[in-house]
Amino acid sequence: MYAQMVKSEATNDDPEMLAAFQARIDAGEKIEPKDWMPEGYRKTLIRQIGQHAHSEIVGQLPEGNWITRAPTLERKAILLAKVQDEAGHGLYLYCAAETLGISRDEMTEALLSGKMKYSSIFNYPTLNWADIGAVGWLVDGAAIMNQVPLQRTSFGPYSRAMIRICKEESFHQRQGYDIMMKMAQGTPEQKAMAQDALNRFWYPSLMMFGPSDKDSVHSAQSMAWKIKINTNDELRQKFVDQTVPQAEYLGLSIPDPALKWNEEKGGYDYSQPDWSEFHDVLKGNGPCNTDRMEARQQAWEDGAWFREALMAHAKKAAARRASANVAAE
Amino acid sequence: MAPSLSDIMTPDAAELARAAGKGASAPLEMGSREHDLFVGLTRLGDNTLILGHRVSEWCGHAPVLEEDIALANMALDMIGQTQLWLGLAGEIEGRGRSADDLAFLRDAWHFYNFLLVERPNRDFGHTLMRQFLFDAWHQPMLKALEDSSDARIVEIAQKAGKEVAYHIERSADLVIRLGDGTEESHARMQDALERLWPYTGEMFLGDEIDARLADSGVMPAPESLRGAWDETVNAVLDEATLKRPEGDFAHKGGRQGRHTEHMGHLLCSMQWLQRAYPGAKW
Repeated sequence: MYAQMVKSEATNDDPEMLAAFQARIDAGEKIEPKDWMPEGYRKTLIRQIGQHAHSEIVGQLPEGNWITRAPTLERKAILLAKVQDEAGHGLYLYCAAETLGISRDEMTEALLSGKMKYSSIFNYPTLNWADIGAVGWLVDGAAIMNQVPLQRTSFGPYSRAMIRICKEESFHQRQGYDIMMKMAQGTPEQKAMAQDALNRFWYPSLMMFGPSDKDSVHSAQSMAWKIKINTNDELRQKFVDQTVPQAEYLGLSIPDPALKWNEEKGGYDYSQPDWSEFHDVLKGNGPCNTDRMEARQQAWEDGAWFREALMAHAKKAAARRASANVAAE
Repeated sequence: MAPSLSDIMTPDAAELARAAGKGASAPLEMGSREHDLFVGLTRLGDNTLILGHRVSEWCGHAPVLEEDIALANMALDMIGQTQLWLGLAGEIEGRGRSADDLAFLRDAWHFYNFLLVERPNRDFGHTLMRQFLFDAWHQPMLKALEDSSDARIVEIAQKAGKEVAYHIERSADLVIRLGDGTEESHARMQDALERLWPYTGEMFLGDEIDARLADSGVMPAPESLRGAWDETVNAVLDEATLKRPEGDFAHKGGRQGRHTEHMGHLLCSMQWLQRAYPGAKW
């Protein structure tokens, strides 16, 4: 999922209003931007949607890394379309967050200053072409696990954004799996690239769901508000169960010797990722954190003159229209 | 006494090219209708391929999210057009080369794009100015190709023309806004214009292949597009408060396969996988 370890904000609102609000959520009603909402609900959503939006934007970088080296014109076109979709997802999500009273520029500044986060997964590098397949298959696959239930989230604009996003994500996952198939069925070198990509992306993909949240109070609040629909562990299990047969079909091995079907629970037993690595990545010590933030910082700074010029032109044009109107009167 | 140095132009260039296998030049007879058509189509497809590549280098680095989306969209259109032009070129050639073979297995001297489109991106203003100067040529070119005597060319031109109508609308609009924006944006756009100007003349210089294609009504003569280009460029620069450079010096050679140093580096990235793993399917 693209939003990890989002802490719910405490809320100090009038208990009667809170109860009425909770009753609306329990009845399955959608909360719209102009409706009353607890401050904690608003702040938690800004953090969650903002983090999701930032993930889409930073997520352009590891995939963009291969656009100029895509091996065929068709693969290049598909990858361009996919990365364009990700930027579009960022745009819907920023718009959804803006309805909660924060601007896109404020969120961008918070990302660049490190106050807001993006998904840990985008701090891993894309090193061979099969990584582009693995990103679609595993990373988008993991994101879908979380995003499909979020189509039913209680906040209207977020739910509507998720419905659009899910349609495109399922195409992304398919194109990723299609690349993996070509690679797994290709030359020995291609198959080695596919296995290498799976080896490197497996545990970081499992980390996308966040640490076990069975004891988390924040999680319980978010679940009551229907901002979070399933626990991290439920989603991770579902992801493993879905992905193992897909890897088998490709003839690739999941890099987990402890992976085993558990008849009793009707799912796979699997090894936990190294959570100390996860916390390191969140602290800024992942393989690409510095590069990703530098790239975003540079895009923002280098683009300042462009954004200022568009504003200046718009003001000049408005002034010209105003004086033309005066002259016409 | 040391012997004088020999002519540096490789006398057996054609021989070397044949030895390069699928990357070889068209083994079609020079001056034949097929050869002319192959070169004409490759010139079109190479322009969109190389410019599409350059534009795609921006992915994730644009000054604002909407521009990331727009640039990916432009690059996507151009790569799509490349598939059509190079696909048809390969078909005309009749040697079983696909659009991918042509894109990924030719070396620089067999690419026939304008030098303009291989110029590096530099800043965002430079990228936009390059796009505008190209779009202002591309649009009348496609319009003229809609009247080609070759039905396959008409079909591609009609499809591409719809896309390019948006490209020119966007690039002209942004050149105007940035030219007439702040002092800094004006200076950046004027600088981009001055730097790129010497690369625009090549778009209107025809050779004997162009002359024969024009005579048979397949493609317009390059010189015939100058009027429409001047008209668009003058109007947009005027509104953008930019000054049209006076010089008419034109760097040339791209359309004959003589490129700038930038081309080899571009191909190094673009062709890497196909070159490193020959014959693999992707």
